Amino acid sequence: MSIPPAQGPGAESRRSIIEFRNITKRFGPVVAVDNVSLTIEEGEFFALLGPSGCGKTTLLRMLAGFELPTSGQILIDGIDITRAAPNRRPVNMVFQSYAVFPHLSVTGNIEYGLRMEGVRAAERRERAEAALAMVQLEGYGDRMPDQLSGGQRQRVALARAIVKRPRVLLLDEPLSALDAKLREELRFEMSALQDKLGITFVMVTHDQDEALALATRCAVMHKGSLMQVATPADLYEFPASRLVADFIGSVNLFEGRVVEDESDHAIIDLPEVGIRAWLDHGTGASETVQFWLAVRPEKVELHKRQNGEAPPVMEGTPAGYNVLKGTILDIAYLGSESVYDVRLEGGKRVRVIRPNLTRWDQEDFTWDEDVWLGWHAEGAHVLLQ
Amino acid sequence: MDQGVDWRRNKAGFLAVLTPPLGWLLLFFIVPMAVVWAYSFGTNEGIADIRISGTFANYARAIEPLYLGILAKSLAFAALATLVCLVVGFPVALAISFAPANLKTWLLIGVMLPFWTNLLIRTYALIALLRDEGIINNALGFAFGWAGFEPLRMMNTNFAVLVGLVYVHLPFMVLPLYAALDRLDRSLLEASLDLGAGHIRTIFAIVLPLAAPGIASGLLLTFIPVLGSYLAPDLLGGADSQMIANVIERQFKRANDWPFGAALAFMLMYLTFIGIALQSLARRKRERE
Repeated sequence: MSIPPAQGPGAESRRSIIEFRNITKRFGPVVAVDNVSLTIEEGEFFALLGPSGCGKTTLLRMLAGFELPTSGQILIDGIDITRAAPNRRPVNMVFQSYAVFPHLSVTGNIEYGLRMEGVRAAERRERAEAALAMVQLEGYGDRMPDQLSGGQRQRVALARAIVKRPRVLLLDEPLSALDAKLREELRFEMSALQDKLGITFVMVTHDQDEALALATRCAVMHKGSLMQVATPADLYEFPASRLVADFIGSVNLFEGRVVEDESDHAIIDLPEVGIRAWLDHGTGASETVQFWLAVRPEKVELHKRQNGEAPPVMEGTPAGYNVLKGTILDIAYLGSESVYDVRLEGGKRVRVIRPNLTRWDQEDFTWDEDVWLGWHAEGAHVLLQ
Repeated sequence: MDQGVDWRRNKAGFLAVLTPPLGWLLLFFIVPMAVVWAYSFGTNEGIADIRISGTFANYARAIEPLYLGILAKSLAFAALATLVCLVVGFPVALAISFAPANLKTWLLIGVMLPFWTNLLIRTYALIALLRDEGIINNALGFAFGWAGFEPLRMMNTNFAVLVGLVYVHLPFMVLPLYAALDRLDRSLLEASLDLGAGHIRTIFAIVLPLAAPGIASGLLLTFIPVLGSYLAPDLLGGADSQMIANVIERQFKRANDWPFGAALAFMLMYLTFIGIALQSLARRKRERE
């Protein structure tokens, strides 16, 4: 075992608290986690994001001690805990099923971990009550779990974990079993709770909205490998690959090749749709490489095109404005916004999301209408893989 | 619902299917039981005739100290054997429920395997194991013969009866325990470990309380047949290890006192019913809480 670096609470920059070093986990012939190295910093709300079967849960379970890595090392506070028993790790977990003990009261559940530590009864009670207050369940201590709603059980599971004052709190799909309204409410509460506690949170989720809303940093996993580790905004605006771009939100992809590449702008030939598109930054890609121009649906604008109306020209867009001809095939009205499925002249389909700024009866785009599609040079991003 | 399938609309078809098994049960289960029950209120007249006189004399004799003593001893035997079954069966059931899925089936078949062999043959096999010149004594003699080993006397003792009872009835305990443990949500066990409990504490604080209904039905399912055991005390036990079933058998055969045998048999049955009733009362009370 190594000695943790001597850094007091006064250390100004964040320091790493969890380190995965070349972690691989095989279940028989299946490689669940493939040579993952990842550092999580103290105080982060870190999300492991990916479709089911991508290895994110296995990674979390190795951190909790329920699975042993086939190879590699896991360090917490610089101490190798790769093979430590689950009850000897400074981490606690909120399970996907909550795993609230059905034969113990709410207080019994929360005090369980303290009892195992040998904390005295008076202090146990005090800490359990503080934890209940923290998750806004004051007065529920004597209830049995089957008298609680799903959301309340989730709070009990949360209180039971934080009462142990772990170095790291692990959350396995914490909100997935709740209905949409409650989920949104609890998102804010979880953020607030993490701010208040200052504990490092590591969350596993397949729900990109949840990850974007809660996390300070996300790791996107696919088939056991890390695809990208970044802040939610960077993940959305600057995805590293088509895979990440497609998993986080939806995206319009145009095959392209660079025609002009300067440090402050680039011109990209999009043979599929027959235009050259402006981009507000250089790509650094060689002229022979084929890549993809990614444009998020909400960054595409719709303009009128009836009676051969001229293409729109945007004033004050120094880097350029890109326009395409299309026809609206379908409109999905979602209340706050509408999703337009637009067919370009070559047959390619583009997705456009437009906020419903006026009431639906005032909207002037309709089915089968010819339109101009446009996006700003600042709205697109180049994907090399 | 489809007319042809709904039994409420097709009573003739329903009766046609139900009559044979009901008739069988009535003729070969209810009727003999009723006959024996009637005998328990009868008196012997001559060698073969029994008159159903409505007397309670047989029951009065059944609660004489001699027979109550044997009944008490049977209860003690059954309780002890059931307890040993629980202590031995719980780890076995736990191990099976945690075994890999493909191994589980084989382990369960292993538990049930003795059922495929005749009880008499299995009991004789135990004799081969336990007698003075048996496998255990021969093996011990081979190992410790140099130290002047004397064969252990195991046959015809209460110990041999206990071994026989436990051996025969262990599957009755293991199977319901396994069913209860296998249903247990694994994340509860992980949560316990995660909160700082070791494996032993997790078993006592989480597994045992949650498996309590399974343990209760295992205890009942084991206790009832052990209480009525006949072969193990008869073949493995000595003069003082007779259980109530052996006494009943003697009444029907050697003593030729069917009314008294019937009364003893029904005493056992009443006790069993009371036991089951108490258990289901306890369960209903637990469910209401």
